[in-house]
Amino acid sequence: MGLFILRRTGVMILTALCLTFIVFFLTNLYPNLEKLAKTQGNFRMSDEAVASWLEGNGYLQPLPLKYGQWLGVVPGWTHETDEGVTGRCLRGTATAQEAAAAPRFCGILQGDWGYSTVFRDEVSGIIGTRLGLTAKLMFWVLVLMVPSALIVGVLAGMREGSPLDRSLSTFSIITTATPEYVSGVIFIAVFASSTVGLKWFKGTATSAMDNANFENFFLPVLTIALYGMGYIARMTRASMTEVMTAQYIRTARLKGVTFRNIVMKHALRNALIAPFTVIMLQFPWLLNGVVIVETLFNYKGFGWTLVQAAGNNDIELLLAVSVVSVIVVLATQLISDIGYVYLNPRIRIS
Amino acid sequence: MEPLGWIEIITRVLYQFTSVWVALVILFAVSVAFKRRLGLYGKLFDSPIGMIGFALVMFWVFTGVFGALDLIVTHDPLSQVSGMKNKVPGTPLRGAEAGEYAWYLLGGDNLARDVFSRMVKGAWVVVQIAPLATLFAFMVGITLGLPAGYYGGRLDTFLSFLANLILAFPVILLFYLLVTPEIVDTGVPSYMAAVLFIFPIVFLAVLLNSRYYTQPRFRTPLLIGVLGVSFWLYLSLISTDGYLVNSNTVTIPALPQILDLFDIPGGILVVFVSVVFVNSPTVFRIVRGLAMDIKTRDYVAAAQTRGEGPWYIMLWEILPNARGPLIVDFCLRIGYTTILLGTLGFFGLGLPPESPDWGSTINEGRKLLSIYLHPALPPALALLSMVLGLNLLADGLREESLKD
Repeated sequence: MGLFILRRTGVMILTALCLTFIVFFLTNLYPNLEKLAKTQGNFRMSDEAVASWLEGNGYLQPLPLKYGQWLGVVPGWTHETDEGVTGRCLRGTATAQEAAAAPRFCGILQGDWGYSTVFRDEVSGIIGTRLGLTAKLMFWVLVLMVPSALIVGVLAGMREGSPLDRSLSTFSIITTATPEYVSGVIFIAVFASSTVGLKWFKGTATSAMDNANFENFFLPVLTIALYGMGYIARMTRASMTEVMTAQYIRTARLKGVTFRNIVMKHALRNALIAPFTVIMLQFPWLLNGVVIVETLFNYKGFGWTLVQAAGNNDIELLLAVSVVSVIVVLATQLISDIGYVYLNPRIRIS
Repeated sequence: MEPLGWIEIITRVLYQFTSVWVALVILFAVSVAFKRRLGLYGKLFDSPIGMIGFALVMFWVFTGVFGALDLIVTHDPLSQVSGMKNKVPGTPLRGAEAGEYAWYLLGGDNLARDVFSRMVKGAWVVVQIAPLATLFAFMVGITLGLPAGYYGGRLDTFLSFLANLILAFPVILLFYLLVTPEIVDTGVPSYMAAVLFIFPIVFLAVLLNSRYYTQPRFRTPLLIGVLGVSFWLYLSLISTDGYLVNSNTVTIPALPQILDLFDIPGGILVVFVSVVFVNSPTVFRIVRGLAMDIKTRDYVAAAQTRGEGPWYIMLWEILPNARGPLIVDFCLRIGYTTILLGTLGFFGLGLPPESPDWGSTINEGRKLLSIYLHPALPPALALLSMVLGLNLLADGLREESLKD
């Protein structure tokens, strides 16, 4: 088990390295750098001005060197001008003494995530606050999604082919067919529109960042939860119907155990093994939903940051975002594998 | 002229779809009449869920096709009519000329264009791209997944690592990295198109070669013919105006313009490539899993004993026996591709901003959503019903294919 986790962690680090290198490569292509220079400087810069801006900010070094600096295995660049020294490890223009005192290596290995060109702030600080906001959103999504999906799935799979099964299955198919940008729009139209509609909730979640309440936070949570819910419910249903046809359930029935007890005591535990892995593997999808919903409801969390960073080619912020998301994706895969082994005695013993 | 009431709007909308209804009725009548002779497709008409799904899907397919032929649309989806900005459904046109449709059936959007016509034209964008992109993703996934599952070992480890790498990317980040004008300028999507679109040719070549390997007199002309045509199609697909990439920084010539059969508008090609790229790793994983399962069967062992080559076994023994799950997944994946296309439109990536596709229309409509509902709702419901139809169709197919 220890070796398994170690090997998976190794693969995870390798994946993260490859992935960040791809992001690094794509964001450092010259047209992207040109756009960055123009948004940072001004839009009417000549080609020479763009080149000298990029040169002065260390963007024109060879790609592996820049990547090494970002990782923190190569000393950061410095650039001397008449006004002083600029460099990767310096903020703004510094004097020669300050430059000499500054650390030579400053990459993620040293805990320096860089500086965001859009928000003009330390990347680590931005990622921290935004992740906190998204964690709040995700927590409520899970609180809403997991129990309701399991209940729907178990109720539908309890008696296969019954009217209850038919209607709940249709419901879960509809939710999987409704992407967040469709359900979000419909919910805002029905519940939050100021002209027609019920006006129960607010159509934006900006105020929920400081002070979340039912009125401003329920719609975004519901929108994400619904899309993920249908899939988990269908998996639970499939696993439940399979368990309900097993020999030991028939034995229990013949013994005269009540249906309620069969479901609660015999079937449920075994039926919930498969949905557990599905729930963990849903996380990457939820991440997608988070980006859409945060844009739609203007909730300035992690997904919103991703859109801002990508739209403005904010290289270091984008890299940090991809590192975080790759860790989320791979960590959930790891947890789902370990959890599966732990929950399923047949695999654990062999 | 008076504005239309709700009942009249609904009747008129239904009337606009006349050609679609006729086509649907004919299709269903013919299919039900001959359903015993149509294999799996015929069996679909035994399951009510499958029939509903198929009807929904075919409704949008016909709408897309007839919409492209200008049968359904009431106005030009791009032209703006003064005084129709954000007008509610059923508003009459001011000073409509003779021969012009006198109402905006589902209202006007914030640029005074007809919402109804845009929705119908949007169906065509989806119907064009989604099935074809899914088919390409399947070709890539099958060509790589079969050997990975059949041989295992190093090849499998390497390809699975690549697939997991792409899957670990958040889809939206990938879209933002691939579909911006700056990246298009560097030619990266064109290189990806050149690589991804070669897979169908490889697939076809290996498929035919392994089947007719023993009859060289038949195989050689067949291969030359098929590969010649598909290679020509491939070259015309990836080249625009005689170039593979033609920007300020890079210029790579490709097929001369005289030989170029068709031109894909730049935005569409990029969208197409990124959607194929995102979908193929999942297909790869499914095919790999199926191949690993099926290669232990007796008929594979029998073929191995007969001395069949590995590619024959993969493509003519394993693949046909994996078709059930693959067909079901194909339907689901078209739905997922539709969702992805909508996502791209929603973030304003790839397709031109005035494009009538559903995602872009939803994105435009959502900005004024709290005041005007009608521009955003029709495309949202259209997308919902189409994906729902595909899901129901997949469910019906799964049910029917499990019966035998």
